[in-house]
Amino acid sequence: MKRVVIIGAGLAGLSAALELAKQNIGSDLVSLQPSERAQSVLAEGGINAALDLMGEGDSVAEHCADTLRGGCGLADPAAVRSLTEAAPALVRRLRALGVPFQTEGGRLVQRNFGGQKKKRTAYAKSSTGKAVMTALIDETRKFEAEGLVCRYPHHALAELSVEAGRCAGALVRDTYTDEALLFSGPVVLASGGLNGLFPGQTTGTAQNTGDAAALAFAHGAELGNLEMLQYHPTTAAIPGKRLLVSEAARGEGGRLFVMKGGERRYFMEEIYPELGNLMPRDVVSREMARLDGQVWLDLTGLSGAVWAGRLPDLREELRHYLGLDPAKEPVPVSPGIHFFMGGILVDASHRTSIENLFAAGECACQYHGANRLGGNSLLGALYGGIAAAQSAASRAVERKGPEPVGRIPPEPETPGFPELLGGILYGGLGILRDGPGLSAALDALDALPADTLADAERRRIALGRAMLLSALARRESRGAHTRSDFPRRDDGQYRKTTVAALRNGEITISFRPIPEGGGADAT
Amino acid sequence: MRLEILRRKSREEAPYIECHDYTPAEKSETVATALTRLNAALPDPIRWECSCLQKKCGACAMVVNGSPVLACDARLSDYKNKIRIEPLRKFLVVADLISDRSVLYENLRQLRCWLPAEAEMREGAVEIGYEASRCLQCGCCLEVCPNFDPGGVFAGMAGAVPLSRLLAELPEAERGELSALYRRHVYAGCGKSLACRNVCPAGIDVDGLLVNSNAAAVWKRLLRRKKH
Repeated sequence: MKRVVIIGAGLAGLSAALELAKQNIGSDLVSLQPSERAQSVLAEGGINAALDLMGEGDSVAEHCADTLRGGCGLADPAAVRSLTEAAPALVRRLRALGVPFQTEGGRLVQRNFGGQKKKRTAYAKSSTGKAVMTALIDETRKFEAEGLVCRYPHHALAELSVEAGRCAGALVRDTYTDEALLFSGPVVLASGGLNGLFPGQTTGTAQNTGDAAALAFAHGAELGNLEMLQYHPTTAAIPGKRLLVSEAARGEGGRLFVMKGGERRYFMEEIYPELGNLMPRDVVSREMARLDGQVWLDLTGLSGAVWAGRLPDLREELRHYLGLDPAKEPVPVSPGIHFFMGGILVDASHRTSIENLFAAGECACQYHGANRLGGNSLLGALYGGIAAAQSAASRAVERKGPEPVGRIPPEPETPGFPELLGGILYGGLGILRDGPGLSAALDALDALPADTLADAERRRIALGRAMLLSALARRESRGAHTRSDFPRRDDGQYRKTTVAALRNGEITISFRPIPEGGGADAT
Repeated sequence: MRLEILRRKSREEAPYIECHDYTPAEKSETVATALTRLNAALPDPIRWECSCLQKKCGACAMVVNGSPVLACDARLSDYKNKIRIEPLRKFLVVADLISDRSVLYENLRQLRCWLPAEAEMREGAVEIGYEASRCLQCGCCLEVCPNFDPGGVFAGMAGAVPLSRLLAELPEAERGELSALYRRHVYAGCGKSLACRNVCPAGIDVDGLLVNSNAAAVWKRLLRRKKH
């Protein structure tokens, strides 16, 4: 049987495996933990598709235009068009797989989300990602039983086999036994966002280390738009991480305010009368960063029916972790790192710059430009997985299972290193950044004792350095990247993709024009 | 406070207890926080599995003072001065606090836990499907179940909950095989102790799901038979 190896068993990985199975191509699904533990299960608010079920005259063209506008001109217009065109059928497919999307009177309903005027987000209360994952995990199991999908949970990517710009396979290590397995043939990376660079500062999971992207980078893969970190406006610190307060809470009527002179100031509604609290995330976070004092999210106006019917998990979570009932008192919120728009640069077919290496989901740079719209991450992972699988399918190789190649002991980890690196990067890459701050962070990276560190740790430093250099090179403000020393958007010079690459041991940063095909709606 | 951790270098080596005097930095600290902070200073870090840290993924299930919990859900302030931390006991221990829970997935494959036909999302099915979708496959329910043994016929609540989604969402004509599997691997083995209900970290309404599945897979069939 022809096979493809997929690194990562979250939504993008499962989606790729299912697409390959549809084409009768086998896949080896490698992941650090089972799919139930993937970050995709944390997605709360929903998935966007112009199904036009709410009588608002929604259309694919509007979904496409909103996504491109939200991405501030940096997303690939042709890729976004394909994504948004596919969305309605994908959501219908999910429903056929039993995803319990919210219905009223037997009909699917959609909710408001940021950066979009139409109700376009299909949802399963406030646990949409979990519901979608459960359905896809069950569907994948069907193909596991047929032998089309083989799972390798508790396995970590140890090395990519790359020669002369071509990927020939992946070496993985069983973290339970140290046994090493070599999977030859094309590789799909679906390894999630780069949370490992910012321990404790993201809403994502600790297991999305960014190590797969760092490995691809070390082998010469181009990375795109690394400076575009999405700070979600409404998060709260809890032990070990940031807790997300879903955008759905504002979609259902939540209002942000600060106290000024003893009175509430609903700043988003004042500054942006049209979309108010539902402006895109980059805009809300930037406004919050410029304010003095605690920002609060007032959800006390939401009805009991909305809490029980649409946001029950969110209420329970806030009660449990923050010790307050959001139906009765405002929630203190602050922006936290939520999503990496940047990552392994792929074309519209999800091919990386290394032949035979594909990437999908949050580890890839595609669809979201300089800022991702809420409800587009599940969609991007689902569709990206399919697109990557379709590209990889033609490269699938005839083989049996993996080849055992002895044992690989775990690499030693330097105590305190992730926090040290994270502190440096977080210091340089805040919501508001500037040249001196970024340069200081680069100097701090230079001062790290690289010689004493493990290989994976050195690769993480290189990834962090590429991120800082990308932010330093983009001397403008756009989307999630706000330079206080270059506050204006400069389309002439910078309506381009930031490309970071390792060439002869040096990190190079260049700017590449956005692919043609967008027309006027691209900006 | 005193943390007693049941450690084990590997499956082959003997377990031993390691004690730490631990001072939480904040009131909100959990067992997960304590393990992270302890590990930052240990030359030989304690192995445990962790992912979301907000009780949505089930990775960090372990036994604390005799009860299965998620480490990210177990607040230190809820315990007295001594906390004993052990791996889940119904599964093979890999090392320290990591148990190999692959039996969960083997059971689901044996139960043919997938939709053999398209779902029919009636209003009731949406509610049941949602509730069942919340299962973390953490294994806490199996830890306390008096009827579950790994390798046995009874799949426990970790098998029953995913099946309840399928039974609720499938058109009646398509339920036959799954109903039979449900009767054999769930209904026949469940002693209704409902110990699982009290430990489920997701707070899943297991009684409600069982009632629905029993109606779909057991009672409807019996009633039909009576009519004939």
